Amino acid sequence: MDKPKIGFYWCASCGGCEEAIVDLAEDILRITAAVDLVFWPVALDFKKEDVLAMPNGSMAAVFINGAVRTSEQEEMASLLRAKSQFVIAFGACAQLGGIPGLANQFSRDSILNYVYDGAPTVVNEKHVRPSVRCEDNNRTLTLPEFRSVVRTLEQIVHVDYFLPGCPPTPRLITSAIDALLTGKLPPPGSVLAPDVALCDQCPRKKSKPEQIRFAAFKRPHLTSMDSDLCFLAQGVVCMGPATRGGCEALCPAANMPCTGCFGPTSRVHDQGAKMLSSLSAAVDAKESDQVDAVLAGIPDPVGTFYRYALPASLLRFSANIGSAAVKETL
Amino acid sequence: MSDMNWQPRIVAFFCSWCTYTAADLAGVSRFRYAPNVRIIRLMCSGRIDPQFVLCALADGADGVLIGGCHPGDCHYAEGNFKTFRRYRMILRLLADMGVAGDRVRLEWISASEGERVKTVINEMVERIRALGPLDIPGRFAACDSEILESADAIRLPQCKETHDVVPEVVHG
Repeated sequence: MDKPKIGFYWCASCGGCEEAIVDLAEDILRITAAVDLVFWPVALDFKKEDVLAMPNGSMAAVFINGAVRTSEQEEMASLLRAKSQFVIAFGACAQLGGIPGLANQFSRDSILNYVYDGAPTVVNEKHVRPSVRCEDNNRTLTLPEFRSVVRTLEQIVHVDYFLPGCPPTPRLITSAIDALLTGKLPPPGSVLAPDVALCDQCPRKKSKPEQIRFAAFKRPHLTSMDSDLCFLAQGVVCMGPATRGGCEALCPAANMPCTGCFGPTSRVHDQGAKMLSSLSAAVDAKESDQVDAVLAGIPDPVGTFYRYALPASLLRFSANIGSAAVKETL
Repeated sequence: MSDMNWQPRIVAFFCSWCTYTAADLAGVSRFRYAPNVRIIRLMCSGRIDPQFVLCALADGADGVLIGGCHPGDCHYAEGNFKTFRRYRMILRLLADMGVAGDRVRLEWISASEGERVKTVINEMVERIRALGPLDIPGRFAACDSEILESADAIRLPQCKETHDVVPEVVHG
């Protein structure tokens, strides 16, 4: 019998998820012995044509990392969806939008203006912008369209499973692949990680006080942090209470607070709102100006609470982007 | 949205002990106020999860009104202070997300202030009327038309059901 066929693809991502596959170390030999890797642009020389030539549903599973920002990424996601029995959103960007998703605070024009003109390292006297089509020496050159917002993979194609993390840990990747190979799969739509908050698995859990009060918020780069005490007890913003566990608490173990890359548990719809709720309620002040002074210790609420999850949040993107889009459609 | 028939749609979260009782009093006293507010009763304003506020806006509300007991009068001692602190942060979050802060308002209204319910609701409706529709579902649809009009192969997924966060009344 043929070995099951597996593919990997990347959309708007940093490459860290690809690195995570390599981080499987010797385990990768066991996996490649059990499956055929038929598509992996970062490592193998297969092209889009090779995917087009496959019969529909002929791949057992495809792991797609990265958020979706361009028309090309949409096309590849749809193509791989058609060719594969399972689509797995691999990593925080594919699952939630990730760091690239923070761009959903800004309009496409302001992003392009900065990148192609405003940035201090850029010289662009003709104010050239990328366009989807241009003529050069009687040749037509094309580029994918840069969409108005960043989307999660699930906002483009149906996704069967989600592997969380920035990036997913080797342990979660191998257990996901083993589950696929043995057919012992959880219900469709599941996130392939434990459904508990990170605090539950954190080695500092014992030092988490019953009542947390914030007289001030301290920022990690300006604070000397105790390596055993709960970050919240130290006044440092830690996303642990609003974030799914399963990462083996790698960041707290390295004396850095959680930033939320595993996304919310299944009971939470909006990770940022939930964390905002938990932290703000515990501010140790009652008067308006005192409350504001303590909350000013979190200078960037969107970047703090939605670092990985803005496109998957209830509001998805800035309402200003939305009003520009509404005007265009009128 | 240039719909001439548009009317402000406001979701109000009132605590059972003070503001909801005040709204009852306003009714019993036969005060007339604008019909644009859907009131949801909670045991305490401290029960208002910021997800409720965002979900109401994301599902089409033009504004959210939060009513609780005056500071020091909370039936559960601290609930309204928790709400107040969350509210201050929600305003900053919404500003960063392009939603004008005065679309979400917090008011302390005690059980005896039926008149105040009328005044606050009328003011809020006028303020939202001046701001115009928020229509976040329409903004989602306008943005997502770019992926619908591309290749046939590209399909929108079934959007995640978010409705169990906020009671049905929002869609009324």
